[in-house]
Amino acid sequence: MTTTPTCRVLIAKPGLDGHDRGAKFIARALRDAGFEVIYTGIRRTPDEIAAAAVQEDVAAVGLSSLSGAHLRLFPAVVEALKIRGAADIPVLGGGVIPEEDVQLLKEAGIVAIFTPGTPVDQIIAAFRTHCEHH
Amino acid sequence: MSKNNDFTQWQDNQLARSIKRFPERKGKFTNHGGDEVPRLAVPPDLDREYLDNLGFPGCYPFTRGVQPTMYRGRLWTMRQYAGFSTAAETNQRFRYLLDQGTTGLSVAFDLPTQIGYDSDDAMAIGEVGKVGVAIDTLADMETLFEGIPLDQVSTSMTINSPAAVLLAMYIVVAEKQGVPPEKLRGTIQNDILKEYVARGTYIFPPTPSLKIITDIFQWCGTNTPAFNTISISGYHIREAGSTAAQEIALTLANGITYIQSALAAGLELDAFAGRLTFFFNASTDLLEEVAKFRAARRLWARIMKDRFHTEKESSMMLKFHTQTAGNTLTAQQIDNNIVRVTIQALAAVLGGTQSLHTNSRDEALSLPTEDSVRTALRTQQIIAHESGVTDTVDPLAGSYFIEQLTDRIENQAADLMGKIEDAGGVVACIESGFIQREIEAAAYEYQQEIERGERVIVGVNRFQVEENNRPTLLRVDPAVEKQQINRLTGIKNNRDSQSVNARLTRLENDARQGVNLMPAIIDSVKEYISLGEICSVLRQVYGEYR
Repeated sequence: MTTTPTCRVLIAKPGLDGHDRGAKFIARALRDAGFEVIYTGIRRTPDEIAAAAVQEDVAAVGLSSLSGAHLRLFPAVVEALKIRGAADIPVLGGGVIPEEDVQLLKEAGIVAIFTPGTPVDQIIAAFRTHCEHH
Repeated sequence: MSKNNDFTQWQDNQLARSIKRFPERKGKFTNHGGDEVPRLAVPPDLDREYLDNLGFPGCYPFTRGVQPTMYRGRLWTMRQYAGFSTAAETNQRFRYLLDQGTTGLSVAFDLPTQIGYDSDDAMAIGEVGKVGVAIDTLADMETLFEGIPLDQVSTSMTINSPAAVLLAMYIVVAEKQGVPPEKLRGTIQNDILKEYVARGTYIFPPTPSLKIITDIFQWCGTNTPAFNTISISGYHIREAGSTAAQEIALTLANGITYIQSALAAGLELDAFAGRLTFFFNASTDLLEEVAKFRAARRLWARIMKDRFHTEKESSMMLKFHTQTAGNTLTAQQIDNNIVRVTIQALAAVLGGTQSLHTNSRDEALSLPTEDSVRTALRTQQIIAHESGVTDTVDPLAGSYFIEQLTDRIENQAADLMGKIEDAGGVVACIESGFIQREIEAAAYEYQQEIERGERVIVGVNRFQVEENNRPTLLRVDPAVEKQQINRLTGIKNNRDSQSVNARLTRLENDARQGVNLMPAIIDSVKEYISLGEICSVLRQVYGEYR
C-alpha cells in the first residue's frame, strides 16, 4: 500500500484561485497512500511554488487551478523550476481544464493533466510513477 | 377552535395587508380542469406545535416563507451571475440576459478585482478577465452599466474584501445617470468570514475587515436604505464540501458575528438587521435541501428574537438568494447537468428562495456560452410558469419526512453553532482552523464515497460512455489582459496627480483614525483612483491576512 522509500510531493495552488477542495482532497488522498505531502495553501506565485519545491526537495509538484488561468500559470511553474535548476522535478496538474488545453500543457512540459472526474487512484498512480523515475 | 382564530387572524391581517400592497399575479390559480389551487394548505387542527414550529407564511418563525403569498404575489428574482473579460463584453451579456427575461443583474468580478489588485499588478498575471469582469477604475464601471438604468434594475455584486470600493463606484455611476443613492436596489456580498474558510478572496485580517463591513452597514443605513449591505453566504462553504447542516450552522454563526460587530460599534440592531440577506447552495438531494432552507429560516428567526430580542419582524426574516451547486456539475455527458440543475432549482423554489441563479451545463469545463446560459434561465422560467409549484405556498409542509428533516437540520446546525461559541466564536475558530477542518473532513468523506462507488454520479462512476464530440466553449481572449492594462495606463496618465495624492492621503488618515471609510472611498473613485491604489493604501494600514 505505501510507497517505499517515502516519496515527498508538493501540492500547490498557483494564481489567485481560492477553490482548494480538490487540492486538499488530493493532498490527503496521497498522504493516505503513503506519500509525504506538503500543501502550499492558496494564492501562490509560480516562483513561490518553485522555491518551495526546491527547498523541500520534493519528487514531484501537483498544481490545481479552477479559474481558467492554467495556460499561463502551469508553464510558468515549469519555467520557474528551470530557472532554479530544478527542471528535473516533474509537474502534474489538474482542475477545470478543457480537453483542447491538455496537449498545449503537455507541450509546455507538464507531464500529466487530470480533468474533472478522474478517479483518484489514477492520480495516485501517476504521482507514484513520476516519483519513482525522479 | 384555535385553528379558526389563528388562521382567520392571519387572513385578516398579514395576508390582507400583503395582497393590498402586492396583488397576486392572477385573480384565480387553477389547474387544467378549473379546480382552484389553494393558496395555503394547513392541517385540520392547528395545535400549539404547528403554530410554534410552522406558523403561517410571512409570520414568525417564518418556516413556511417570508411573504404571506410567496410566489403567487411575485416570482423570485431570476438573477444570472455573469461577467467575463472586459466591461464592454460583460455589458453585452447583461443586455442579452435582460432581453431574455432575467429580472436582476449579478456581477461576477475577476479574481484580481476581488482581491484588490489592478490588472497591471504582477499578482494578476493570467487571471485578468478570467472568472469575471476586470474592473480597475470608475471608467470600467461606467462601461459595465452603459445603457442600463440603475433605478430600474437591482444589481447583485459578488465582491467581499473590496466591497466598499465597488459599491462606491456603483453609487457614482448611478449619480452620473441621475439616479440618487436612495433609489438603488441590489446587494453586495460583503461577507468576509466565509472567505477565510472557503472562498479565499480575503485581503485584510478579520478585525479590520469586520470594521469595514460595519462602516458599510452604517453608511448604507442612511444613504442607500434599499440596498442590501451583505449576503451572508453558505454557498461557498457547501461548495468547499460541507454538509447541509454545516452550511446552515456556519452561515448563521457568521451572521451572528456581523451583528455582534455592528452592535459593538454602537449601531442600532433594527437599523441594519433588515438589510442582512443570505445566500445558500441548492444541491441535488431535493428533500434535504427543501428542509434545509426551511430550517435556516426558522433558526434565524429564533436567534433574532430570543437572543437579540428584536421585535421587528423584518429583522427576523431570513431572506436568501440561491445558486445551484456548481460542484455537482460533471465534465462528462454535460447535458445531464441540465437535469441536475432542474432538480436543484426546484429545491430552491420549494424551499422559498427570494432569488435564484441556475448554473449552465458547461460550467465544469469553462465559463458558460450564451446558449447554455439561456437554457439555464429557461429552466427557471419553466419551473415558474409551467410546473405549478408557484401557485401555492410551501407545498411540502406537513410531510412527516420533510418536517422531521427540518427539525433535524435545525438541531444539528444549532449544535455546531454552540460548539463554535464555546470555542470562542467564529473568528477564534477560523484562526484555530476548527471550521476549516470540519469542512475538509466532510468533503473528504463525500469524495471517498464517490471513489469507492458507494455514491453514484451518473456519467462519472456509473453509466459512462465514450465521448467524441467536444462542446463549443467560451474562451476569454488572452489579449484582454493587455487591453485592460493599456486602458488603465491611459486613465492613470490623465489624472490630476495632486488631487489623486490628496484623496489617497485623506483615505489613509481616515483608515488610521478609524473614521467611516465610505466618504473617502467615494471621493477617491470619483477621481478615477483605481481599486488597486485604494486597496494598497488600506493594505499598508491594516496589513494582509495570509
